[in-house]
Amino acid sequence: MHVLKSMIRQPAALFGLVVVALVVLLALAAPLVAPYSPDEQMFDGLTLEGAPLPPSAQFLLGTDALGRDLLSRLLYGARTSLVIGLVANGIAVTIGLLIGILSGYMRGLVGNALMRFTDLMMAFPALLLAIVLAALLRPSLWIVAMVIALVNWVQVARIVYTETRGLVERDFILAERSLGAGHGRILFYHILPHLIPTAIVWGTLGIATTVLLEATLSFLGIGVQPPTPSWGNIIFESQSYFQAAPWLVFIPGAVILLTALSFNLVGDALRDLLDPTQRGRG
Amino acid sequence: MAFLLLRRLVQTALILLGVAAITFLLLYALPADPARMIAGRSATAQTVANIRRELGLDQPLLVQFWTYLQGLVQGDLGRSYAQKTDVGALIAARLPATLILMAAGIFVEVLLGIALGVLAAVRRGGFIDRLVMMASFVGVSAPQFVAALLLLYVFAVTLAWFPMSGFGTFAHVVLPALTLGILGAGWYARMVRSAMIDVLNQDYVRTARAKGLSSFRIVFRHALPNALLPVVAMIGIDIGQFMSGVVVVEAVYGWPGIGQLAWQAIQQVDIPIIMGVTLVSALAIVIGNLIADLVAPLIDPRIRAR
Repeated sequence: MHVLKSMIRQPAALFGLVVVALVVLLALAAPLVAPYSPDEQMFDGLTLEGAPLPPSAQFLLGTDALGRDLLSRLLYGARTSLVIGLVANGIAVTIGLLIGILSGYMRGLVGNALMRFTDLMMAFPALLLAIVLAALLRPSLWIVAMVIALVNWVQVARIVYTETRGLVERDFILAERSLGAGHGRILFYHILPHLIPTAIVWGTLGIATTVLLEATLSFLGIGVQPPTPSWGNIIFESQSYFQAAPWLVFIPGAVILLTALSFNLVGDALRDLLDPTQRGRG
Repeated sequence: MAFLLLRRLVQTALILLGVAAITFLLLYALPADPARMIAGRSATAQTVANIRRELGLDQPLLVQFWTYLQGLVQGDLGRSYAQKTDVGALIAARLPATLILMAAGIFVEVLLGIALGVLAAVRRGGFIDRLVMMASFVGVSAPQFVAALLLLYVFAVTLAWFPMSGFGTFAHVVLPALTLGILGAGWYARMVRSAMIDVLNQDYVRTARAKGLSSFRIVFRHALPNALLPVVAMIGIDIGQFMSGVVVVEAVYGWPGIGQLAWQAIQQVDIPIIMGVTLVSALAIVIGNLIADLVAPLIDPRIRAR
């Protein structure tokens, strides 16, 4: 509650919070608010020459090359983006937490090996890896989510590792240990709770990264496959004639930007609130 | 220092070996079959088997990897499946274009980032500061391909100031460099701002003010040089990021660099090229990090002393 209150006081964070809430609500209510079915190719959705229609009273944001309503596709596309955002990011944060905690807590061979592996993954060209994987696997919504998770856990692992190393040195852990607490108890009851803020912050910031990555993969034609609408593949399908119908590229583009920006703003505000030492930095 | 350098070089070699191993495994495990891809849809099973044998794909995984490594330590990245030429030569032919784009993009980033960061730090808490911070957030949240298409639409289609795509003249490099630079400048601006704020609060700056120096002189001659250390580190990290992220921008602008090479190779399941570009990108990341770590003590004597 206290966190929510402080966020409402900052205009940027409030803006982010409102947009995030709006995107989530609209995605959930897509069948109720969408004026048309996202896949319906309408006769009156194209000009007589077969070109897409610009925004009008009938089609608020215009239509795409197949005569489908852009607004309806964007609303359903929000579902795609959010599902991928939550799944991919949930997996990434879980893997990152697990590897980070274990490598930070366990000295010796296992901890070292895990950290070296993380270092190795840091040297991997992430976007290139994602593109290669998505292209060579048969892309689907879940494959895209897995690919993104596979690329995105590394940063979380590094941060969790550093924090865990700091926590292990603290006196209260030493006290627990001397009282005879087992590793499991220390990890779950004493270290994990301290890492929750980090997980929340990176979970939020990670959704922005994920939305951007999904859009990028879909834009290259190797992300979510049509006819399932995704913000990226709407642009992919329209880019060849974006000179004639720029709204088909720039409206979804603006939606992607706004969503990523809002998750970033909320994540940044959360970081400031949960970790005052980072305030105003990076 | 020499010992440190040696250790880092060994680490670099190990990391590249690891990247090679993981990429190799991944590409091997993927369902895409290069032999079938080369043979085409109508090829007989015999033809596919022949191609597979010719490329050595019928060998066990470990044998294939060992053969690849033997080539790699001699600087041989293998032969492209589709283009039948040396991968090293293909990459070498494309690398200059990517390096030009990288240099131009980082130039725009650093210039814009420093200017905005200093402006925000000097006007800390004010309207300009908030505007710069917000703009930097927008920059880092914007999808690169949308920014690329937007610049293309405004400056190439509508105003026709710059060519749509291609390579060769200065005009060709402007839009791709701006795309990379404007979006990336956000990180630099945030970092320069926070470093400048730290520096401007230090005693020597107060002394300079007390001496009656002009604000301009204090900011640019006294404070800014000390705030640039993180920028150098950032450029190092950026070099690696660029190599990995350049696929998208090169695809939109038809820029003939290694990103485009990789993108074509991915579509043809040309595994040696994919391996080669991945390794070159990993090398760029490692070298970038090395630059970030090694240049810092050269600039700042305090780090050298540690």
